[in-house]
Amino acid sequence: MRKIFSRPESMKDVPTHYCAGCGHGIVHRLICEVIDELGIREKTIGIAPVGCAVLAYDYWNFDVTEAAHGRVPAVATGIKRVAPENIVFGYQGDGDLAAIGTAEIIHAANRGENITIIFVNNSVYGMTGGQMAPTTILKQKTATTPNGRDKTMHGFPLKVCELLSSIEGVYYAERVSVHSPKNVLKARQAIKRGFQNQIDGLGFSIVEVLSQCPTYLGLSPVEAVRWIEDAMITQYPLKVFKEKK
Amino acid sequence: MPGPTTGKKVLMCGNEVIAKSAILAGCRFYAGYPITPQNELPAYMSRRMPEIGGVFIQAESELSAINMVFGASLRGVRAMTSSSSPGISLKQEGISYLAGCELPAVIVNMMRGGPGLGNIAPSQADYFQAVKGGGHGDYRTIVLAPAYLQEAIELTMLSFELADNYRMPVILLGDGILGQMMEPVEFPHPNRPSNNTKKDWILDGCKDRAPRIIRSLLLGEGELEEFNNKLQQKYLLIKSRETRCEILYGEDSRVMLVSYGTSARICKGAIEKLRQRGMKVGLVRPITLWPFPEKELLGLTKDVDSFLVVEMSCGQMIEDVKLSIECRKPVHFYGRSGGGVVLESEIMRAVEDIYA
Repeated sequence: MRKIFSRPESMKDVPTHYCAGCGHGIVHRLICEVIDELGIREKTIGIAPVGCAVLAYDYWNFDVTEAAHGRVPAVATGIKRVAPENIVFGYQGDGDLAAIGTAEIIHAANRGENITIIFVNNSVYGMTGGQMAPTTILKQKTATTPNGRDKTMHGFPLKVCELLSSIEGVYYAERVSVHSPKNVLKARQAIKRGFQNQIDGLGFSIVEVLSQCPTYLGLSPVEAVRWIEDAMITQYPLKVFKEKK
Repeated sequence: MPGPTTGKKVLMCGNEVIAKSAILAGCRFYAGYPITPQNELPAYMSRRMPEIGGVFIQAESELSAINMVFGASLRGVRAMTSSSSPGISLKQEGISYLAGCELPAVIVNMMRGGPGLGNIAPSQADYFQAVKGGGHGDYRTIVLAPAYLQEAIELTMLSFELADNYRMPVILLGDGILGQMMEPVEFPHPNRPSNNTKKDWILDGCKDRAPRIIRSLLLGEGELEEFNNKLQQKYLLIKSRETRCEILYGEDSRVMLVSYGTSARICKGAIEKLRQRGMKVGLVRPITLWPFPEKELLGLTKDVDSFLVVEMSCGQMIEDVKLSIECRKPVHFYGRSGGGVVLESEIMRAVEDIYA
């Protein structure tokens, strides 16, 4: 019998620590599928963030390093500059990339580093217990916005793709989502493009992935994907923000 | 000395001497952020690195610079960053991660006055930060303190060897004077054989081998304690093998000065003048501040009446001197802080007060 669906070689055969209904597992798998498809597993170096995906190295079957909180793009820069032959990608959450690591992402983007960043935006801090993220939407309740995010006290949701697409050094910026099968397929295409750009030496690529966090949205997995559709996408439109010609 | 020299003396400032020595030692990655008084170092790197196929990056922050070094190091390339006191404070997070991930790196600190923004005058007030860990967690860094630019060549090259051999960050601790002053120096021959250690732990893609992970997160029951104990074993080995100091007039001194770097140089001038007056004064100059020459100091307590610690700080290394000699002899202190430089005449007066 012909096998038409199996675990990607880039993905270890181990259970993950992610909560039921979490989007991280989907994004991990998409990355692994793309790496297999592009045949780059043996020259890929991944960078795991601080946050829920901190243990990504336990699930990926290629070389992976950790980075200090928010410093993924700086570590990626160091690796890629001394070894342009390697494929270097960073995996970052919203706290990592859009709060504590804003300087690193903006300047790696501005230098046009030939790296790929997969940015998982689930609108909340997961690992530490559901605190407000820079991407938490207005009125969203979190552990540190018990009455909902209030623009006068907490500012506005930070729109990373919109922000980065204004930077000249960025080659490619797209926002996708993994809340439905159709969107998962689109996300896969975008992630593949992010890696292909690096292979082609085109420069800095970022794929922002909207992802569900049922645990800290206080919703069931089904309600959480509905929340992405109803509440999150209206704030964070899915599209290609930039692709240099 | 690291092999034969070129036999040619050149006049260079300390910051450039260290940059050139790093390149001779095989450093091929530098990232840094501008801060006085070490700016000649990155400027030199920005000129030279592209010429030799190395990488120079002016980072957006000290944090970013040390993390770029982290990236280059885990890929197996000899990497360095440099800064001065406030910038080194910012790098501490990265230094802790380098220690936790067992990654080699060389960090130069050309100390200036603190706390806070302080001033840009020379200082030795980052001793505690350099030798006691600096960042969070149970770790050590090797700390080398040159007093002369010729010695800075030797110690810069040594710092890369030690960093690779022991897989850990090494700090080269100087001050604004050492960075800025010019002295004639002789460099080792550039064609000498490289001592590059074989690195079988780097991330370079998992072709023909199992994937590797570099991390300092150890969540398993007892896992971190076990790892930290392993680090301590490494540190014990370093203590036994790598302690370096210079002892001047160790055989007959009644008052023994203890001083490092720039202030040790000034002590030497004072000692010679006092010796001309018949006073038996000597010097212990730690070259490694960690590991500290504890045994050497303890060994001197038999014959020495007292110690005088001289520092460009309010008194930091004095604590290690006291610990080393186990309170067997009095320990006096003369220091200047906030960019004040110790004076030969003041050192002589301090010795005279004790000697009487």
